[in-house]
Amino acid sequence: MINLAVRDILHNWGKFIFTGIGLGLLIGVTLTMAGVYRGLVDDGRVLIDTSGADLWVVQQDTLGPYAEPSSVPDDLWRSVRTIPGVAQAANVTYLTMQVRKEDEDVRVMVAGIAAGGPGTPGWPPHLVAGRQITRSHYEAVADIATGFRLGDRLKIRRNHYTVVGLTRRMVSSSGDPMVFIPLKDAQEAQFLKDNDAILMQKRRTRANPTFSFPGKPDLPDAIITLQTANNYVNAILIRIRPEFTLEEVAEPIRRWKRLTVYDRVQMEDILVGKLIATSAEQIGLFLIILAIVSAAIVAFIIYTLTMDKIREIAVLKLIGTRNRTIAGMILQQSLMLGVIGFVVGKISATFAAPLFPKYVLLIPIDSMLGFLAVLVICILSSIIAIRMALKIDPAEAIG
Amino acid sequence: MSNRGIRIENLSKRFGKGEAAVFTLKNVNMQVAPGEVVGLIGPSGSGKSTLLKCLGAVIDPTSGRMTLDNETIFDNGWKLRDLRALRRDKIGFVFQAPYLIPFLDATDNVALLPMLAGVSDDEARKRALELLAALDVQHRARAMPAQLSGGEQQRVAIARGLVNRPPVILADEPTAPLDSQRALAVIRILNTMARQFETAIIVVTHDEKIIPTFKRIYHIRDGVTHEEAGEGRSTDNPSHIKNMMCSCLAKKVRKWIFCTVNQSISI
Repeated sequence: MINLAVRDILHNWGKFIFTGIGLGLLIGVTLTMAGVYRGLVDDGRVLIDTSGADLWVVQQDTLGPYAEPSSVPDDLWRSVRTIPGVAQAANVTYLTMQVRKEDEDVRVMVAGIAAGGPGTPGWPPHLVAGRQITRSHYEAVADIATGFRLGDRLKIRRNHYTVVGLTRRMVSSSGDPMVFIPLKDAQEAQFLKDNDAILMQKRRTRANPTFSFPGKPDLPDAIITLQTANNYVNAILIRIRPEFTLEEVAEPIRRWKRLTVYDRVQMEDILVGKLIATSAEQIGLFLIILAIVSAAIVAFIIYTLTMDKIREIAVLKLIGTRNRTIAGMILQQSLMLGVIGFVVGKISATFAAPLFPKYVLLIPIDSMLGFLAVLVICILSSIIAIRMALKIDPAEAIG
Repeated sequence: MSNRGIRIENLSKRFGKGEAAVFTLKNVNMQVAPGEVVGLIGPSGSGKSTLLKCLGAVIDPTSGRMTLDNETIFDNGWKLRDLRALRRDKIGFVFQAPYLIPFLDATDNVALLPMLAGVSDDEARKRALELLAALDVQHRARAMPAQLSGGEQQRVAIARGLVNRPPVILADEPTAPLDSQRALAVIRILNTMARQFETAIIVVTHDEKIIPTFKRIYHIRDGVTHEEAGEGRSTDNPSHIKNMMCSCLAKKVRKWIFCTVNQSISI
């Protein structure tokens, strides 16, 4: 039996291909939006995975260190380290800022990592080039997405750092590439004031009669040092021993009443469920709108293509073609249009994804779901055209 | 009386209800035997198309009886539930315009019908090619409709009407878009096919060139038919063709002179 749908498409291939390309670009935008959402989720997970931590100890009643500000004393890690089941504990500080790269600024998340070595929680787990930080000051490991290369100098606050290592896919939950520097430098940079502010503060302190004790000329300077020093970190990252459960380690810390402990699942919930929830809803709504627009466009195209064939359909009905053959022809054309559109959309999304400034993650399951959605949309969209075709009076062929 | 071919008795068709009811066909009687080609002529609005649609099982007659190939298909109501299958298997259609499916080539336009009836693709195409050869368009078998001339398209359309070897063919002004020679060629083909396949053919026409070729003619006016014998001139004899064309030309010239004189008088 002749496949009427294929024959019609082959006869009008130009119209079909161009219509398919137009539809494909729309599907490509939809797939890319899904990729943007997946990228957001993946950014959050990457941050958790690459931190190398099993537990996060943060300031009590905060969602720190990624979703809310959190401060814990920088000597607390020693107490945490003594808790049974803790294999490693390390301070970490995060600050999102602009760093100077030649003539332009790059937005990055700076992570201050505690002294130790590769494998210490908070350290980049692997490098694509260079080496890990070995000095206590002025060395940095940067993600390749920052654009820095080995040996480049970058400026954070007043200090310059030399890039000694490069990482890949080390990003914050908002997709900013990370720069790792020694913890002490990061603590200093976190609350470092400008020179004028520091001078003014020193003048005020020295002029304050409360601090002017006879015989203690160094007291104002000691107070100034205390004021400008930062003895806090954002969180303590813990890696537990394999023979202990997360709860066995977390419970004693919670009993201290001044700290909150999150495990990996809870942290993922904070990052994915809370931090990017609004963005996800926004993208979800956008996806729904795109799906509706795609459905409307497919329906309109199929309806128009069917309207163009009223006379042929009337003749087909008059000469005895079954309704299901006519309905099948329209449905197949709709599905073929969807398939052409999906192929074009998938190709365009694949090539367009790397061009986006933030990570766009196209995963096979999304493509499969997208393909199924396109087929369902095409089937639903063809219903109007099929109903119209079945209503065509065969007498129209006679006139 | 034989019921082969097509026979209608007291067929009526009413449109509207109550005071607005209009009878387009009033107790129409007609019989066309297998192998016979009859003409159905009448002015515009006389009910030709309505009669054709009733005969083609496209619209429902209001009352009457219709027998097709020894089978009563309408007797104050359709006897068959699947009119689509009836049209596919027992009635061939040839339209004023060929209305070929634009995305199928000539062979497949013809072969589609037997395929719809369940004939295998190879057999359907074989039948189509045989018919195209009989109609002298086999050399255009792979051409798309847009690549065919008007006459070739009409011959392909005739082949499509004949391919399922239906007992009845309804031809609606099949020669309207054609010149005299091609029009007569089409009628010659229909006559040949009617004889060869024992098909009853009803040709609705206004075409004065072909009216003299029918042996029997049904005139229809205001929904009422009456039968008269036609001239039955041969379409094969060149002198007859020449006479018919001259007669047609003479009628046109007379009409033109009449109109011109009328216009001169009114001025």
